[in-house]
Amino acid sequence: MNTFKSLMLGVAAVAIVATAPATFAATPDNILVIANRIDDITTMDPAQSFEFAGGDLSRNVYSKLVNFDPADFSKGYQPDLAESWTVSEDGKTITFKMRAGVKFHSGNPVTAADAVYSLQRAVKLNKTPAFILTQFGFSAENADQTIKQIDDMTFSITTDAKYATSFVLNCLTATIGGIVDSKTVMSHEKDGDMGNDWLKTNTAGSGPYKLVNWKPNESYSLTSFADYYGGAPKIERVIVRHIQESATQRLLLEKGDIDIARNLNPQDVAGAGSKDGISILSDLRGRLMYISMNQKDPNLSKPKVVEALKYLIDYKGMQDSFLKGQYTIHQAFLPRTYLGEIDDKPYSLNIEKAKALLKEAGVEDGFDVKINVREAQERIEIAQSLQNTFAKANIKVTLEVGTGKATLGVYRAREHQIYVGAWGPDYPDPNTNAGTFAFNPDNSDEAKATGLLAWRNSWALPEMSKATKAAVQEGDREKRAAMYEAIQREHQKRSPFAIMFQKIEQTGIRSNVKGLNTGGAITGVSYWPITK
Amino acid sequence: MGFGRIAFTVAITMIGLLFITFIIGRVMPIDPVLSIVGESASKSTYDEAYRQLGLDKPVIVQFLYFLWDVVRGDFGESLLTARPVLDDLIRVFPATLELATVGTIIGVTLGVPLGVIAAVKQGTWIDHIARVVALIGYSMPVFWIGLIGLLVFYGKLGWIGGPGRLDIFYVDIIPTVTGMILIDSLLAGDTDVFWNAVSHIILPAGLLAYYSLAYISRMTRSFMLEQLDQEYITTARVKGLSEHAVVWRHALGNVKVPLITVIALSYAGLLEGSVLTETIFSWPGIGLYITTALLSADMNAVLGGTVVVGLVFVCLNIFSDLLYKYFDPRSK
Repeated sequence: MNTFKSLMLGVAAVAIVATAPATFAATPDNILVIANRIDDITTMDPAQSFEFAGGDLSRNVYSKLVNFDPADFSKGYQPDLAESWTVSEDGKTITFKMRAGVKFHSGNPVTAADAVYSLQRAVKLNKTPAFILTQFGFSAENADQTIKQIDDMTFSITTDAKYATSFVLNCLTATIGGIVDSKTVMSHEKDGDMGNDWLKTNTAGSGPYKLVNWKPNESYSLTSFADYYGGAPKIERVIVRHIQESATQRLLLEKGDIDIARNLNPQDVAGAGSKDGISILSDLRGRLMYISMNQKDPNLSKPKVVEALKYLIDYKGMQDSFLKGQYTIHQAFLPRTYLGEIDDKPYSLNIEKAKALLKEAGVEDGFDVKINVREAQERIEIAQSLQNTFAKANIKVTLEVGTGKATLGVYRAREHQIYVGAWGPDYPDPNTNAGTFAFNPDNSDEAKATGLLAWRNSWALPEMSKATKAAVQEGDREKRAAMYEAIQREHQKRSPFAIMFQKIEQTGIRSNVKGLNTGGAITGVSYWPITK
Repeated sequence: MGFGRIAFTVAITMIGLLFITFIIGRVMPIDPVLSIVGESASKSTYDEAYRQLGLDKPVIVQFLYFLWDVVRGDFGESLLTARPVLDDLIRVFPATLELATVGTIIGVTLGVPLGVIAAVKQGTWIDHIARVVALIGYSMPVFWIGLIGLLVFYGKLGWIGGPGRLDIFYVDIIPTVTGMILIDSLLAGDTDVFWNAVSHIILPAGLLAYYSLAYISRMTRSFMLEQLDQEYITTARVKGLSEHAVVWRHALGNVKVPLITVIALSYAGLLEGSVLTETIFSWPGIGLYITTALLSADMNAVLGGTVVVGLVFVCLNIFSDLLYKYFDPRSK
């Protein structure tokens, strides 16, 4: 279907050139119309929502205790509903002081009681994203003691061990950190569900926009909240329509019936981007593509061989051909825009150097190796590219293509030699990736730490595991960032992971739309700074 | 066929349909309990929900429960939309109904005369053109033709509305009564919304019409050819009746009955919802709804949608049976 589709789109493109210029109709200045795939929204409850489109919606409707400022992500989390906070001596208790004079959409004031209720609620409901909070030791049983109101405008949370303040606060910027209007939610409680059912289709937040309606798989619309503490947004209405097809989104954008197209494929980006009045915004996403080498394998466990293979990958060739517009070269385990990100790219295709390294390792005649890859087009293409470049250094590759489940099964059982993988971070803190790429306290088969990528590749890294653990507890944000930078540089040199690419997402926007930020790898889209 | 017998046929057909959908729902490798209680639930919570769902009862009893739920219009809640499936169906089905009805009306208005003319002028250039038109209708991928149609008529010429049922600024202006915007806008007396809806529906409905036209015109042609060979036609001609009367009154008159079945089936086919058309035109209909539900294993929604589609088929069949009775002198 894909080849067929691109062929048809090619024909469509010719048709555009052949006919007269389009008549153009613009949307009004106070309304923003967006085409996006929103069929993954199943609930709007911040305690349960864990999908991209749901995160976008939530970010604009629910304020959080701390949040990322779309004007500058590199500053990290900034005060939002929490005006300030202090950390106890032992580093376990954080006391938040709430911002005064903030209102919910209902008109109720935002107080410490709402924050306590929201966090306890998320822990007690224990839905999919709850691990983001429960990893700090909160549980349904202890939530009443560990998340405690002190007075009207102050409350505290107490973790089970010392964690870096930035780790805890980064996690509170996730969708699950959205603060709900406790009075409104409690009035809709049914059978002790803490309003979970009601919040699926309704909202009770204090963010810059409030929900007008949501029609599943069809559209949602928001209207600006006049009493938003940061000032009512300029755009009064935001309408997001579910448009499945990239070509349809492009047509609507070119025609001026929408302002923003979120899901253009590379062909449509190239086509629409060349039109007057349309610009393309590229933004980084969290997903990484990597290959990893099982350290149980006699050849692959030689450090020189690992290094050689990292020089046998045609990073640039792949980026500029079949991954064009979808992935960009990135060689460290933290996606860019994360705290502690580095942009070092030490490796590039260098066959001579790789051959020299293989000689040093005593395998200059090459060897046979199997690459496990799941049946997804871009991953197979990556594996085929590896097959070509590895062959230039006499490494003969057999591809084993399997279903996602089967391939993952081999990987988790540590039975692969080389695996082509993708990894997406779960929450906006460096530990989400460091804790799996650079952490493996027990490398034995019996440990069965199948959630850890380092364990899956049988890579014992006692020193680095300690460093990763220390970084989780470092209270100072700058020092912590420096620690991750150091870990990643070491990881680039020594690890059996060759991280290759980071996902990018391209958005088509009408040129009169200013101030769009789709959230990078760490958060969702922000509608409120947008102007036309 | 008396009323009692019709009711009996409908009941048996529906029970059969419900039984099959029920069995499909049961053999699907999806645990309905797990999707309610979540993966972290304890054994006792799980067992409790298992009992509440009646899964510990014999299959036949479960089926009776299911029947009772369906009769009350309770299809459960959709996992995807977090709303009762019935509400969802009430929302999406009118969109498809509206599209299919307009499509069928256009298809019949053009398809029947085209078929008749092709039969009368058998072997001439008119017949050949009619055949080519029909063949193209059969074989063009809707994905492509829909997109090109949008590009030309919406993108370039600006004659029609774009994807969706209305321009964004007309959405939610008129109250929902039937869910069919063409009718609702007239009820509300809002002609602006009506014409906007017309400009949006015309292309997707035209596309669907093209498909049913292709089928209807080919069938009409072959029915007509069969009739035109009959002796009563020769008799009519010998009698000195005008060619017009022979073709349109005598021949077409006798073709009506089988044609009704063809039209009803093609209408029912459109009412199932055309996934591709609905995708290209962002038309929130039942085809898109069932497909999306199927892809995410949302069984309540799939079963509910299947029952509705089945019901539509049964109703249209009965309706065409009743029309038979009306049109066919022998069954009087």
